[in-house]
This record gives sequence, C-alpha cells and structure tokens, in this order.
Amino acid sequence: MLESLSGHGGLVLLRDSVEWEGRSLLKALIRQAALRLVYHDLFQDPLNWSNTGEALPGGALGVLRAMRRRAGPGPVTIALDSLSWLLLHLPCTALCQALHALSRQDSHRDDSSPVEHVCVLGLLHEELHGRGPLEALSSLAQTEVTLSGTGGQASAHILYRRPQHRLTHKIQWFSILPDFSLDLQGESPLKSQPHPDPRTHPVDPTTHLTFNLHLSEKEKEVKDSLTLPFQFSSEKQQALLCRGLGQPTSRIFYEPDAYDDLDQEDPDDDLDI
Amino acid sequence: MFPELNNLLDASPDRPEPGKLTLLCDAKTDGSFLVHHFLSFYLKANCKVCFVALVQSFSHYNIVGQKLGVSLTAARERGQLVFLEGLRSAVDSFFRAEGEAPPLRFLREATAGSLQPLFQFVRDALEPGGPGAAGWARPVLLVDDLSVLLSLGAGAGAVLDFVHRCRARVCCQLQGNIVALVHASGDAEDEESELLLNGLSHQSHLVLRAEGLATGSCRDVHGQLRVLWRTPWPPAARGRSLTFQYKIQDKSVSFFAKGMSPAVL
Repeated sequence: MLESLSGHGGLVLLRDSVEWEGRSLLKALIRQAALRLVYHDLFQDPLNWSNTGEALPGGALGVLRAMRRRAGPGPVTIALDSLSWLLLHLPCTALCQALHALSRQDSHRDDSSPVEHVCVLGLLHEELHGRGPLEALSSLAQTEVTLSGTGGQASAHILYRRPQHRLTHKIQWFSILPDFSLDLQGESPLKSQPHPDPRTHPVDPTTHLTFNLHLSEKEKEVKDSLTLPFQFSSEKQQALLCRGLGQPTSRIFYEPDAYDDLDQEDPDDDLDI
Repeated sequence: MFPELNNLLDASPDRPEPGKLTLLCDAKTDGSFLVHHFLSFYLKANCKVCFVALVQSFSHYNIVGQKLGVSLTAARERGQLVFLEGLRSAVDSFFRAEGEAPPLRFLREATAGSLQPLFQFVRDALEPGGPGAAGWARPVLLVDDLSVLLSLGAGAGAVLDFVHRCRARVCCQLQGNIVALVHASGDAEDEESELLLNGLSHQSHLVLRAEGLATGSCRDVHGQLRVLWRTPWPPAARGRSLTFQYKIQDKSVSFFAKGMSPAVL
C-alpha cells in the first residue's frame, strides 16, 4: 500500500479522528518503508522540562529542517507523528514552509547527486484544528488518506492529487495485524457521479390514487394558454395603457333614495355622537 | 471498584495493563463515580498511586473509598497513596514564601504559564527509588479533573503538554497508567474545552464517556456509558465500541444493555 500512496513522493497526509485512530496505520506504513529506520525521539521531553541541557537546537522545527539536509542517497520516507503536535506548537505558516521544503524534490543541491525521492507521511488529527490549517495542509499534500469505517471494519478514503492529472479517489478497506502488517481487504473506486441503483425503479406517485391527477390533451391546452392574473404580459400592458382611451367596461350606477344619508364622516350611520 | 465495570472492560486488579492512558469524560452528568472506581481498583491492585484531586477534599474521597472497600487514610500512611489536595494547595500557592515551588504555581502568574511544577510534583511522587516506593506494583497517576485547570487559567495547550509529559514519564518510562477525568461541555463555543477533550482523546488508549440520557433524568437509569477502545485490537469478542446504561447505587453501580434496565423489564 505504501508504494501506491507514496509513488510520486511528496506529502502524504493521514487524517484520523477520535473514532478511527490512524497511528496504527502510520506504524504499519513505517514498517513497510523501513529498510533503514532513523528515529528522532521528540516524545520524551519535547519542551525540555527535565532541563538536562540536551535541548534540540531550534526545537522541533529545527529538527525538521535538519532532516532535509541529512537525507542520504536513495528514496527517503519521513514519518511525522504527529503534525497536530507541530501545529499546536508552531505557527502554521512555518510548518507549511518546512513541509513544503521537505517534500519537494531537491533541485538546488550543489553537488551532482541524483534527485532524491522524498515521501513525507504525516499524521493529522482532524478535530484539533480549524478549517484554515486543515485546508492549508491538505493543499500541500499529494495524497490524502482519511480514516473512517463502519462497524468494526476500518477503511481509508484515499485522494490522489497528481500534478497535471485528474483527482482520483478510492476507498481501501483494511485491517492491521498484531505485527503491524497491513491486510488489504478490497477497494472500491468511487465514481465521479453516483449511479442510481438499478434494482430500485423510480416510483410514479400518481398511480394507485382514488382521484384523477392526470390531464387530458384538451385540458392541457387550456391550461397552457391561460394567462395568470398577476403576471405582467404584453396583453395586460396594452389593456392597462388603453384603459384611459377606450370605453370603460363596467360602471356603477347609484341612485340614492330618501333614506340614504351620504354623510362622508359616518357612512354606516353607527356612530353614537 | 465496581465488579461489573471490570467485567465490561475485561480488567482485573490482578493484571492491570501497563502503559495505558484511560480518559474519563462526562457530558451532562457526573462522571466522578468512574474516578472512585479507578482509585479503588488501583489501590487494590497494589499500585503506587499519585492522586491529583482538584475538585473535592480528601475526606470526601475517603468516605466514598470506604464504601468501595479501600481506606485512603491507611493507604496514605503506608506510602501507597500520594494525595495532592488541590483546594488546599491552591491557597498555599498564594501564601507560601518565594523560592518554594508549589505544584499549582501557575495560579500566581499573570499570564498562563506551563504546568511544569505540577509535572515535577507528579514525577517526584512516583519516583521508583523514592521513600516508600519499595514493594508497590507499577505507578498510577489519577487526575480529578483536568477541566478545572482550564477554569483556573491554564491554556488547553499547556494542559495537553502536561499530560503528554506525564505520559512519557509514567506510561512509557515507568510502565504505569494514567487515568484522567475531563468534562465535555457540549458547547461548541467553548473551543478550549473542545480542544482539550479531543487532544486527550487522541492521546488515550481507552475512552469512557458517561452521558446523561438524551430524554432527561430518570430514577432507574442514571445515564449511559460509552466505551471506546482506540486500538486496532480491542479485547476479543467485544468490538471496539460498546454502549451501556447504568444505575448508581449506594455501594455499587449496575450496568445493563440499552433499554434493559431491570425496572423496565
């Protein structure tokens, strides 16, 4: 699995959650990569609370930068557990710059050694960060693996972002054996548009009713030719414009009789003043 | 300790698993019964326990402990239990002379500092070669609870760093265990609390989440307990995530499957 993830180098982002942890997958991938493993222990005392004087120069960021210079010939895999710790202790911009420098192929070396193939595996805990840092790291990554699952079965949603290629997306089901080897259990490439399930036919809701919802042809014609009362069409515009010139179509003739009192102040004659 | 909870977690005082961080969290209910369970569990397992108690006094835990069959006074006298009474220590940290480093020294600082003095207290308490350390099984750190540190002004990052450092020392170097309680506020606006809860969840091997019932309080079912094992190999035949409902009684807690309370059946 590591070859398919890291085939083109660059940053491989492993996004996990509280529900589906990703550290064991990271360990399994490290096991696949490790022909020669160099371990930098930043876990025991990263903030130098023991005051032993062995503080790392420049802290974690310095170690990251130093890693790039130390890489020997041949393909190199750098695993970071975890990027979340780095994001919580370093500014996001500094981390992104360091990751970008780590993962891009080196074209500025002075000697004539061949370009190295550097793959960076980073574990990121999704819930701990806001959208900004997550999107920034996501845009740096060539491959993004999001862990989830159903029931007891874990799955990895893999998104490949190759330059000048289309985005490809697939789901890989897997389990991790006690010796941290990966047991791949099938994959399903996601299609770009979800196809409707051929087994379920679209149900016509107008069948099996006790009343008739269908229109005959004549009724359809009448319906289509109907003008809506509040819709402003050209005919209505003409009718409004011609009102002043033509004869009124309806008038009211009023002849008051003896009992009518045209009192404008009290037309209903019900005020008791 | 509650025998039914031991059965659920497949744990026993005879064989406590080393090097684990167990996170207890509660949402809309009081999860302190889990703290009492683990306190009595590890005392019965003959472990050296450092208890950072920030919420209640010593006598409170002692009274509950006696109902569960352990005496905290006796444990403290024979050196098995190191108890930091946070309520007293907080007051002391204001009135102690300069030059001494009380564990809760960060309370005196105007800006949120680090919890390094508290870590040093824990480290000294669980030192393998220290006085009274001989004869005990692996060390255990118990914290009740971490959300109080947030309320007292420590930042979520500082608390996460403290737990990280304790984990490195207690779980990895000394092969001991850590159990910590944290409150889930359920309020999306409280970013520090959410960050602390999620950060701790990612560091832990086992998460026990006690929740109140969604439909309200009930006399016969006090809440729901969700157990999540954050490992690819959960205890066999259990699955990685279980949910039970519980009822707290005077000296025990009974657990049952959802909807299967004896009062309902």
